[in-house]
Amino acid sequence: MSLADAFADGPAFVPYLAAGDPDYESSIEYVEALARGGADVIELGLPFSEPIAEGPTIQEAVVRSLEGGMTPSRFFEFVEELDVDVPLVCMTYYNLIYQYGDEEGPRPFVEKSAEVGIEGFVVPDLPAEESGPLREACDEFGLDLVFIVAPTTKGERLERMREQVSGYVYVQARLGTTGARDDVSDQTDESLARLTDWDVPKAVGFGIKTGEHAERIVSAGADGIIVGSALVDIVAAGHENDEPTGAVADRLEAKARELKQGALRGAGEEARVE
Amino acid sequence: MSADSKFGDYGGQYVPEALMPAIEELTDAYERYVLDNEDGFMDEFRDRLRDFGGRPLPLQRADQLSARYDREVYLKREDLLHGGAHKLNNALGQVLLAKYMGKERIIAETGAGQHGTATAMAAAHLDMPCEIYMGKTDIARQRPNVFRMRTNGAEVTPVTAGRGTLKEAISETMRDWATTVEDTHYVIGSVVGPAPFPAMVRDFQAVISEEAREQIQEKAGRLPDAVLACAGGGSNTMGTFAHFVDDEDVGLYAVEAGGSSLSVDEESGVAPNSASLSTGDEGVLHGARTKILQDADGQIMESHSISAGLDYAGVGPELAHLVDTGRVEAVNVDDDAALEAFHRLSQDEGVIPALETAHAFGYLEKNYSELGDVVVVNVSGRGDKDLETVIEETMERDLSIAPDMSVFREVGGGAL
Ligand SMILES: Cc1ncc(COP(=O)(O)O)c(C=O)c1O
Repeated sequence: MSLADAFADGPAFVPYLAAGDPDYESSIEYVEALARGGADVIELGLPFSEPIAEGPTIQEAVVRSLEGGMTPSRFFEFVEELDVDVPLVCMTYYNLIYQYGDEEGPRPFVEKSAEVGIEGFVVPDLPAEESGPLREACDEFGLDLVFIVAPTTKGERLERMREQVSGYVYVQARLGTTGARDDVSDQTDESLARLTDWDVPKAVGFGIKTGEHAERIVSAGADGIIVGSALVDIVAAGHENDEPTGAVADRLEAKARELKQGALRGAGEEARVE
Repeated sequence: MSADSKFGDYGGQYVPEALMPAIEELTDAYERYVLDNEDGFMDEFRDRLRDFGGRPLPLQRADQLSARYDREVYLKREDLLHGGAHKLNNALGQVLLAKYMGKERIIAETGAGQHGTATAMAAAHLDMPCEIYMGKTDIARQRPNVFRMRTNGAEVTPVTAGRGTLKEAISETMRDWATTVEDTHYVIGSVVGPAPFPAMVRDFQAVISEEAREQIQEKAGRLPDAVLACAGGGSNTMGTFAHFVDDEDVGLYAVEAGGSSLSVDEESGVAPNSASLSTGDEGVLHGARTKILQDADGQIMESHSISAGLDYAGVGPELAHLVDTGRVEAVNVDDDAALEAFHRLSQDEGVIPALETAHAFGYLEKNYSELGDVVVVNVSGRGDKDLETVIEETMERDLSIAPDMSVFREVGGGAL
C-alpha cells in the first residue's frame, strides 16, 4: 500500500517511535502494538547523534536506542523483521542517509530502503533547497519524500514545497521542537488553511497527546495526525520502571486506539477500531 | 539555491524548515547591510569596533621568538580586543545586524565561553536581552567566562546532552531558535552553520587580516611567507587568512587540535582530537556540508581537546574547501605541545595566550624551519580564562618549561 492510499479511507493515525528504543527486541513489539492499535502509517526513527529538531523526549529515546546498538544496518534488519501490514516511513537526518553504502550520496540508502519495504522518508534537516539528490533517488526507486511545512513557511517557499512533496505533507503544528503538549496550537488552523487546495493528504504533528487533540485537529481539516513524543513517553516510563515488555506494548496499543478513535470522531465517523 | 551559499561542494543550508524563512531573511540582511553598507551599517560597525572594541590592534614583533627561531615572527594581537579574544568582531557585527533587522532577542552557544562572553558584552552594549547555551563540561572548565556572561546580564543555560561541549551547545541553540525564530537572532560563534553564517562571520572577522596585511608591509616591508592561526570552527583562521588568500605566495596554516591522539576509537565513538580538517570526512552537521568527525555510519563523534574552544567535531565549510583546493594547509599539534607553547609564549614574550591560540605556537615551535623568513601568528585570545585548566594539566605532566608548581602541591591545591 502506498502512503497516499493509507489516507484514502478516513483520517489516518501516524505514530512515530525511535527504532531500537529502549532495545531492539522490545522495540519490535512496540511497533507491532501500534499497528494493532490502528496505525495507518508508521514513522520509524533511525536515530542520529545530533537530532536538532527533537525535544527532550525524543532526544532521550535516541540516546537509548544508540546505546542499545542501533545502526543503519540494524535498522534495515529491524524493518525486515517487523510483522505489520501498514506502510513504513523512515524518519532520520541527512548525514546518515548520505553516508550509507559505498558511494557518497543518498542513492544506496534509498535503494536499501526500497528493498526492505520502506515507502518514504521524512528528513527534518533537509529543506526543499537541499533535497534534489534525495528526491532523485526516491523517484528512481518509487519512494515518497515527505516535507514538513512549518508555521513560518509562506509564499514562494510554500509553492516550491508543493511541487516537490509526495506521499503526504507533514504540517508542523507549532514552532519549536517535537514534544507532547497539553493544548492544541492555534497555529494549526492557520497552517491547514494555507494548504486547503493541495492535493496530497495533510498530516498534522508536533505536540499531539490525547484523543481530544486528535479529534480537534481532524475536525479542523487535517487528513491525519502524527504522534511521537506521547508514545515515546510510554516507552520511556516502561523502561525507567523496569516494566515487562508486554505491559508496555499493551499501553501503547491502548494509546494508539485512543488517538485513532479521536481522529475518527474528528471526521464525524463512527469508531471502527475496537 | 544560489551558488554563493556553497564553497565548492561544502556549505549549504541543512536546517529544519521552520528556520528557512529566517535564514532567507538573514541572507537578505547580510547582502544589504554587510555587503552593500545599507543605512551605513558597516560604518557604524567599524566605529563601534574602534570605540568599544579597541581596534585597530597592534601587529607586534615578537623579539624573543624571532631570535629563538632565527626569523621574523609577528603577533597579531587579537587578545587585546575588548573581552580578550577575536570573538567580539563577529559578536558585535551580528548583534548590531540583529538590531538593524528589528530582532528583539539574542541567543548564542559557546564552547570556551569566549564567544558567549563576547555576545553577552555586545548585547549589553547594544541593549538586547541575551541567552547563552553552554555544555556542562565547558561550564566546569571555563568558570571565569561563565561569570563574565552573567555579569553582563546574560542568562547562561547549561546543556547536559552528550559530553556537554560545543557540539551539544550548538544543537540546543538551534532548538531554541526553531521555537523563537520570529523575533530572535542566533549569533553563531564561528564560520560554521547554514549559509549565510560562514561567509558573514568571515566578513566580520576579516578585519584581522585587513589590518595585519597593511601592518606587516609597514613593519617588514613585504608580505609574510606564512600566516598561522588555530582552527576550531575556524573563525579566527578565516579572519586571519581572508585578505591573504589571493596572495598565492603567502602560506596559510590552519592549526587544529591533535588532542591526545590522531587515531580514532570507532568502538566508543570518541575521537581523542578535534582535527576535523586533518582526519574528518565529508558530511552534514549543524546546517552545513563540511568535514566532520564521524563514524562509518555517519554518527557524529565526541571530540576532544585540552582547549574547549577547539573541541568541536566540525569546521567551517569554506576552510574545508580551501584545504581541499590546496590553498590552506591543515596541520595539528597535540595537547602537550599546546601546553608547552602556552608556557613558552608567556615566559618569552609576556603574552599569556588562550589554550586555543597556543596550538598555533606549538606548530611554530616544531616547524619553524619550513615557514620562511617572515611569519605572522594570530593571537586569537588571551589565556586568563584557561588558568584553572593550565594549572591542572601542568601538574599532571612533567614539562621542562613549566613554572615550578610546588607551591600548589604544598598547599595540596588543585584548581584555584
Ligand atoms: C581564543 C580563542 N581562539 C580560538 C577559538 C576557536 O574558534 P575559531 O576557530 O572559530 O576561531 C576560540 C573559541 O572559543 C577562542 O576562544
